[in-house]
Amino acid sequence: MGKAEQARRRLSAALGADAVVCDRIGRMLYEYDGGVDRALPDLVAFPSSEADVVEIVRIAAECGLPLIPRGAGTGLSGGAVAREGGIVVSFNRMRKIQALDYGNARAVVEPGVVNLELSQAAAPAGYLFVPDPSSQQACTIGGNVAENSGGPHTLAYGVTVNHITGLRAVLADGRVVTTGGLALDVPGYDLTGTLVGSEGTLAMVTAIAAKLTRLPEAVRTLLAVYSRIESAAETVSAVTAAGITPAAMEMLDGFTLRAVEAYIHAGYPLDSAAVLLIELEGLAEEVMQQAEEVRRVCLACGAAEVRLARDAEDRARLWKGRKHAFGAVGRISPNFYVMDGVIPRTRIAAILRQGDAIGRHYRLRVGNIFHAGDGNLHPLVFYDGRQADEFQRALAASREIIRLCVEAGGSISGEHGVGMEKDELMPWMFSEADLDFMRRLRAVWNPAGRLNPGKLLPAFRHCRETRLSTPAAAPLEAPARNPAGGPP
Amino acid sequence: MNDVSNPGGTATSKSSGAEAPGEGAIAALEMPPPSAGAVSAFQTADRPRWEDYSRCVHCGLCLNVCPTFRLLGEEMDSPRGRIYQIAQADAGRIGLDELRMHLERCLDCRACETACPSGVQYGRILEAARAELAARPAGSALRRRLRHYLFARVLPSRGRIRFYAALLAAAQRSGLEAFGRRSGLLRALGLEPAARLAPAVSRPVFHSEIGRTFPARGDRRARVVLLAGCIQNVFCAPLNRAALGVLQANGCEVSLPAGQTCCGALHVHAGERETARRLARQNLAAFNPGDYDAIVTAAAGCGSALKEYGDLLAGDERARAFAAKVRDITEFLAALGMRAEGLRPLPVSVTFQDACHLAHGQRIRSAPRELLRAVPGLKLVEMRRADQCCGSAGIYNLEQPEIAVRLLEEKMELVAETGAAWLVTANPGCQLQLQAGVRAAGRSQPVLHVVELLARAYGLNE
Repeated sequence: MGKAEQARRRLSAALGADAVVCDRIGRMLYEYDGGVDRALPDLVAFPSSEADVVEIVRIAAECGLPLIPRGAGTGLSGGAVAREGGIVVSFNRMRKIQALDYGNARAVVEPGVVNLELSQAAAPAGYLFVPDPSSQQACTIGGNVAENSGGPHTLAYGVTVNHITGLRAVLADGRVVTTGGLALDVPGYDLTGTLVGSEGTLAMVTAIAAKLTRLPEAVRTLLAVYSRIESAAETVSAVTAAGITPAAMEMLDGFTLRAVEAYIHAGYPLDSAAVLLIELEGLAEEVMQQAEEVRRVCLACGAAEVRLARDAEDRARLWKGRKHAFGAVGRISPNFYVMDGVIPRTRIAAILRQGDAIGRHYRLRVGNIFHAGDGNLHPLVFYDGRQADEFQRALAASREIIRLCVEAGGSISGEHGVGMEKDELMPWMFSEADLDFMRRLRAVWNPAGRLNPGKLLPAFRHCRETRLSTPAAAPLEAPARNPAGGPP
Repeated sequence: MNDVSNPGGTATSKSSGAEAPGEGAIAALEMPPPSAGAVSAFQTADRPRWEDYSRCVHCGLCLNVCPTFRLLGEEMDSPRGRIYQIAQADAGRIGLDELRMHLERCLDCRACETACPSGVQYGRILEAARAELAARPAGSALRRRLRHYLFARVLPSRGRIRFYAALLAAAQRSGLEAFGRRSGLLRALGLEPAARLAPAVSRPVFHSEIGRTFPARGDRRARVVLLAGCIQNVFCAPLNRAALGVLQANGCEVSLPAGQTCCGALHVHAGERETARRLARQNLAAFNPGDYDAIVTAAAGCGSALKEYGDLLAGDERARAFAAKVRDITEFLAALGMRAEGLRPLPVSVTFQDACHLAHGQRIRSAPRELLRAVPGLKLVEMRRADQCCGSAGIYNLEQPEIAVRLLEEKMELVAETGAAWLVTANPGCQLQLQAGVRAAGRSQPVLHVVELLARAYGLNE
C-alpha cells in the first residue's frame, strides 16, 4: 500500500469519507491556483475544525506526505500548488466568523472566511476589515495571512500583518499554539508577525484575530488624466510630498486603460497616456480640503484634467475599471502573465519606459496597472499560449522586468508572494547569510520540511547560479520586502 | 525525510500517478487547445469551443458566488473547476463520464457570469458540454426514456401538458397523492421530490386565452406578444392572467399567437439542443416579430433563453431579429413607464428574490425593484444574497433534490431575516420552489411574482 492510499484510509476513518478526495478528477481540480503553476496533489483533505487539522497533520507526518494549505486558490505564485505532491488541505469548510467584538474592534475568524464577507458582516456596525486585494470577493483570510496580502488601500493602512493581532496554529508535530492575542502588544517574540506571510511553510493557521477598522466618515475619489506618463509619475511623489497620504493611489497606463475602457466603460478618457485614481478617506471636512489640494498638485504636475467622482455610483464605476482591469485586459489577448514587483516611487516613469522596451525586445506587449502610491508594479505581459514560444518569451520578459525592479532598489514581490513562482529569485534580494537564517527559522517550525515544501526559499543548488550583483548583506535601509497575496 | 539543508524545491511535480503527457512538468499553457494527437471527449457539433472556455483565466473570483461551491466547498463543483474539467475533456485528458457528475450538479444559475471579470460566458460553455452529455446519456433505460418523453413529447405539447395536469389534479383532489406520500410509495418510485414540489394545478388552466388578442385599456401605447410558456400555463395560470391584465392596464394590446410553444429553455439547460431548436423554429413561425413592439414573457428563465435564440439558431437572421424584440415583463414595463393611475396603496413589506436568469442571465436587477417601489405604501426590504439561487433552476430541484433542498433552506433563513410579510420574485420556477420552501418551513407567507403583486395593486380580478 502506497503512502497516499495509507493516508487516504486513515483520513477517511478520522474525518469521514466526504472530507477526503483522491479520485483523478478531484486531484486534477486542485493542481492549479490563480497563476500558471501546476502540480497534482496525492490527496485533498477538507477539515471542518481545528481537531480535523490536527488529525491531518499527524497522519501526514506518519505517512511522510507533504501538506499544502489552501484557501480559495486565487493566489498567483503557486503557493497552494502541491509542488512535490502530498495532501492539499482545503480550508473552504472552515468559514465561520467566530466573534465580532465591536467594542474592542476585533473579529475572530476561521481561515476559510472570505475576505469580503468579514467586511460585509461588520459593515452594519460601521466597521470593515481593511486588507482589500482585488480578489477579495473570493479569497480567504487564511490565504491573506499566508501571503500577507495587500491591496489598493495598503498605501494608507498597511498590509495584512498590520491587521492581525493573534493566531492559533497547528504545528508540524500536531501541537496547537496561540500567538499574540486580541491586544495590540503581547509580551514575547512576535510570532504572529513571523507566521503572517510565511506562505504555509511554518504552521497551519486555524483561527485568526483580526482588527476591525471604522468605516471612514467620508470618501472622495479623483481621476487625474495625463497626456504624458512622466507627469503621472511625478504626481505620485508630489502628492506625498504635499503631506497627503491618500487611502489609495492607482495608475493605469494608456494601453491598459483603453483596453479596460472598451469593456468596463468606467469613463477613462481614451486618448490619455495614463490615469491616476486617487482616493482620500477621513473626516468630511479634511477630505474636502485634501481633495482640493490633490487636484491642485495634479494640475501643477501637468494633468490635462482632474475629475472628482460625483457620488457613490460614480466612484464605484471608476473603481470598477481598476478592480476588474485584469479580467478586462484578458479580453484583448488570449493570455497574459501578471508580474508583481516593487520599485521606489520616484523611479516609476523610468521603469515603465524600460519595461516597455523589454517587451519590445521580446516582441510582446506590456501593460501596466498598479498601486502607484507604494510603487507596487504589476506589469502585464500579453501573449498567445497557442504560439509555440510565446509563453517562454513572456516569462523571460517578466523576469527581466523584475530584475529591473531589484536593480532600482525594489523587490521581487509586492504582494503576490514568492511561492514556487519566484523562489529562485530570492537570491536577487537576499544574501546567503540572509537565506540561511530564514532556512534555520523554517527548520525550527518545520523540521521535516513537510509544510508546503518547495516554496518561498530556493533550494540550495540554485543560490549561486542566479546571484545578481546584490550586496553580500543587504543594508538595513534597503527597501523592505512588502509581501502579500491575491491578485493585485 | 528532508532536513532543513535540503528542503526540496524542484521544478517538477513528483506526485505519484501522473497520467497525461506533459503531466510532470509545470504546465505552461493556460488551457491548451486540443492538440492534433489528443482525442477530445467531445464529438457533437454543439461541443464547447476553445474560444469560449479559454477566456477563463482561472482567477477564482467566481468561487464564492457559486451556490454549489459555497455549499460543498469543493473546486470540482465551482465554475472555474467545471470549466477546467471541460477544457481537460476537450484536450482528451478526461472522459465524458468523468465529467458528468459535476456538470450535472451545476444549477446553470450563471451567478459566475456576473462575478467574472473576463466576461466568460459560462452558460454557453456549460450548455454545450451538456449537449455532449445528452448525446450519450447515462442512467437506467427507464430514466432515459422518461426524460426523453418529458423533453421531446410533453413540454412541447399543450395537449399532453393538459392531460397530465388533469391527471395530477385528480390525484391531488382524491387524496391519492397524500396516500402515496404517507405510504412511502412515492419515495419508492423516486417521485418524492417531485411530489413535494408539485404545486396545485391551477383551475382553470391558462389555455383558452391562447390564440386570442386582448385590447389595450385606455390609449394604446404598444402592441406586444405574450409568450405564455409551457407548464406555467397549468401551474401558474394566475401569473399569466396577471401578466395579461397588467399589460392591458398599461395600454398594451396583447396577442397570444396560437402557434406559440415552449421556449426550449429547459431543453437548452439539459443539453437537448435539437429539440430546443425545433421549438425555437416553431415560435419563429408563430408570428412576425415586425408586427409588434415587443415579445414579452413573465418567466425570467424563458426570457433568457428567448434572448439567446440567435445563438441557438446561429446564422438564422430571423432568430436574431426575434431575440432582439424579447423583453422580460419587468424590463418592458419599467422601460414603458408604468401607469401610476389605478395603482392602489398596498401597505405591505416585501422582499425580492432575484431570479437567476433575470439578474445573471439578462443582467436585469433594477427594473423589478423599480416597479415594486412604484406601488404606493409598499416597503421593499432588501434580502442578503438576494441574487443567490433558491435551488429551483429549471428541473434541478427534481434531478438534484438534496442540494436543491439545502439551498432552499438557506434561502428561507435569509428571507426570514428580512422580516418581510411577502416574498416576491420574477420567475414561475423560483416561485414554485419558494412556495415549497415556505410550506416546508411551516409558514404561510405569500409568494408572488412581481406582476401578480402589480395586478393586485391595480385591483385586477384573477
